[in-house]
Amino acid sequence: MTTMNPQQCEVCPVNKDAKLIRLGLEAGKFEFVVALAGNPNVGKSTVFNSLTGLRQHTGNWPGKTVVRAEGAFSFDGKRYKLVDLPGTYSLLSTSTDEEVARDFILFGQPDVTVVVVDATRLERNLNLVLQVLEITEKAVVCLNLVDEAKRHGIVVDERALMRDLGVPVIPTAARTDQGIPALLQAIAEVATGAFVCKPKRFPIESGVLRKAISKMTAKVQLAFPSLPNPRWVALRLLEGDQRIVEAIKTGELGDLTRQTALEKSLTGKGTKEMNDEHAHAF
Amino acid sequence: MSTPMHSKPEQILTTASTLRWEIGERLHDATIESLYREASRIAGRAVILKDGKPRFSFDRTLDRLVTSRVFGFPLMFLMLAVVFWITIEGANVPSGLLANFLVDIAHPFLKETGTSLGFPWWLNGFLFDGMYLAMAWVISVMLPPMAIFFPMFTLLEDFGYLPRVAFNLDALFRRAGAHGKQALTMAMGYGCNAAAIISTRVIDSPRERLIAILTNNFALCNGRWPTQILVATIFIGALVPSHLASAASALAVVGVVLIGIFFTFLVSWGLSRTVLSGEVSTFSLELPPYRPPRIWRTLYTSVIDRTLIVLWRAVIWAIPAGAVIWLVSNIHIGGESIAEWTIGSLNPLGILIGLNGVILLAYIIAIPANEIVIPTILMLTVLVTGSAEVGGGAGVMFELDSETATAAVLHAGGWTLLTGINLMLFSLLHNPCSTTLYTIYKETGSARWTWVSALLPLAIAFIVSFFVAQIGRMAGLE
Repeated sequence: MTTMNPQQCEVCPVNKDAKLIRLGLEAGKFEFVVALAGNPNVGKSTVFNSLTGLRQHTGNWPGKTVVRAEGAFSFDGKRYKLVDLPGTYSLLSTSTDEEVARDFILFGQPDVTVVVVDATRLERNLNLVLQVLEITEKAVVCLNLVDEAKRHGIVVDERALMRDLGVPVIPTAARTDQGIPALLQAIAEVATGAFVCKPKRFPIESGVLRKAISKMTAKVQLAFPSLPNPRWVALRLLEGDQRIVEAIKTGELGDLTRQTALEKSLTGKGTKEMNDEHAHAF
Repeated sequence: MSTPMHSKPEQILTTASTLRWEIGERLHDATIESLYREASRIAGRAVILKDGKPRFSFDRTLDRLVTSRVFGFPLMFLMLAVVFWITIEGANVPSGLLANFLVDIAHPFLKETGTSLGFPWWLNGFLFDGMYLAMAWVISVMLPPMAIFFPMFTLLEDFGYLPRVAFNLDALFRRAGAHGKQALTMAMGYGCNAAAIISTRVIDSPRERLIAILTNNFALCNGRWPTQILVATIFIGALVPSHLASAASALAVVGVVLIGIFFTFLVSWGLSRTVLSGEVSTFSLELPPYRPPRIWRTLYTSVIDRTLIVLWRAVIWAIPAGAVIWLVSNIHIGGESIAEWTIGSLNPLGILIGLNGVILLAYIIAIPANEIVIPTILMLTVLVTGSAEVGGGAGVMFELDSETATAAVLHAGGWTLLTGINLMLFSLLHNPCSTTLYTIYKETGSARWTWVSALLPLAIAFIVSFFVAQIGRMAGLE
């Protein structure tokens, strides 16, 4: 008699080997680029290590990952490049870390952005998730540290969360590789377009502002019809974000939409320029 | 307006600045407020709390204790002292066993093999008395303390203690005009200064980052721990009854760490008030939850990533250093070996600062890696004092399988308690190793700051040892 126990499948090495191949630092051509974002000290590096098979040093203190680490894995026959972004509380680009993370999500145009969140501190972590969802539609929330949350008597209803956010939410305990197969599946589905995210964008409750924002959003939308995040760009412009003003002036933002429109070439993905960008970010 | 495609960006920007005038400053706050409200609403719906169990009660109690104004610092130093005590107590026996095997058994065997293969005396000496013995020494002196110290340190890190240390030290750093995150980079320095220099990237302000880089040297790196521990054991441990020796030595090392922290603050303060003056940035530091350390994973990574890598580096540098030591001891110019000649000319300067020529020459030979300072000092001391009963001839590192034997050699070389104290201070304060300097150069991109980071600590080391030597002599320590 055989019974399917999903938990047993998760830890079964045969299952993993069949689909996940950890490629470590291997370079080459990739079908998809995946960004890993999250607050500091939520276990991003641990998730990174368990996906790529690399052994980046992990430490229980915030701000440990100071350089953008890159790794690779192959899942279900497709090759993914994984970029570990520095941990940040927001994407308002008040520090170098925040700027690096935001610029990569915006201009690097990852196929999927995985936001790792700490299940024991959900509210504060959601601030970042909502900001990421403003910029990109293709996101997966990795609800990490569920084991720790359980110890503290906290249970997170991931379905309610998924409904409210409009993107897949996968509970994990990355330290013990729990939930990693499901996370990979979700990444693959979003990357290939099998799952279409419908992220909820938070309402702004102020009459005057709302009018200005919708006017601005309409303008942006008109100029760049295929931009996935016209309201976010509008908000940044209204706040006078110099980086975005610059991107409009130089046509960088226009280039992004053109790339999206042409479905991009499958290789470079515009990440090369990002590397140059970060070379002098520090 | 003939090309509408290109005028659009301009239009957008004009609209943006017009609207910006209309809405004023309110937008930022309003957006953040809406964002927070939404996050709180979603979290409220998704989080289910099991009643009866207070959240994070353990974490909170522990945090109140370790970051308390009264107990915070004493607990920190107590913890450090216990870690050193375990290291000192535990490293003794395995060190002796390793030296016994590598030096007493393997070394004569290798020499005999060389002789039976018909090696000339100089090749035999160069290979086995120089290169092999330097390597054997480094392994037996360094491996046991590292294999005990690093896992304990990593367990504390994994548990979540480091951010609490940063929290305790934050106010002090701010008063010194430095960034609070410097506490974290300093903590990294206790592992390896070169790695810590890279970790200063967490500090955004270039001014505060430079302060963190220039003062990181005052955090004892793992290349210097064995020196501190050994010298403390020989000179400080000997001052008290033998059952208290380990504890006294551990306290002495804690004392050196404290002096290092003191100089970190002093130099940060000095720099931030002179060449690197400016505003102190604010930042938020999150105290992460305590996590049960994964013991086996930690042991594995600290043995592989830290112990073996550091040991490998030490061995790589020890082999050429052993060759250099053997050569300078065996190449004679005008009846005197190069080593004797150099030691002779460095002696007046060495004595002036409470050290001696041997120690200074050892530091010159050991610029590539601090790890090999002690083996080099011992070898050179034997060479100069000509202790025939322990030494095996010029340029031969000899068997010292106990601290008593090491102590005997050092006393024969004219070492006193004052020499020991000054060596500990000098080892703490002097210039960083060449790897660290190269890292500083790469990170700052400035030859000037690299020179400052080498010469500033060196100058401080000379000044401090000089004054300690004068005071010590006046107090009759010699």
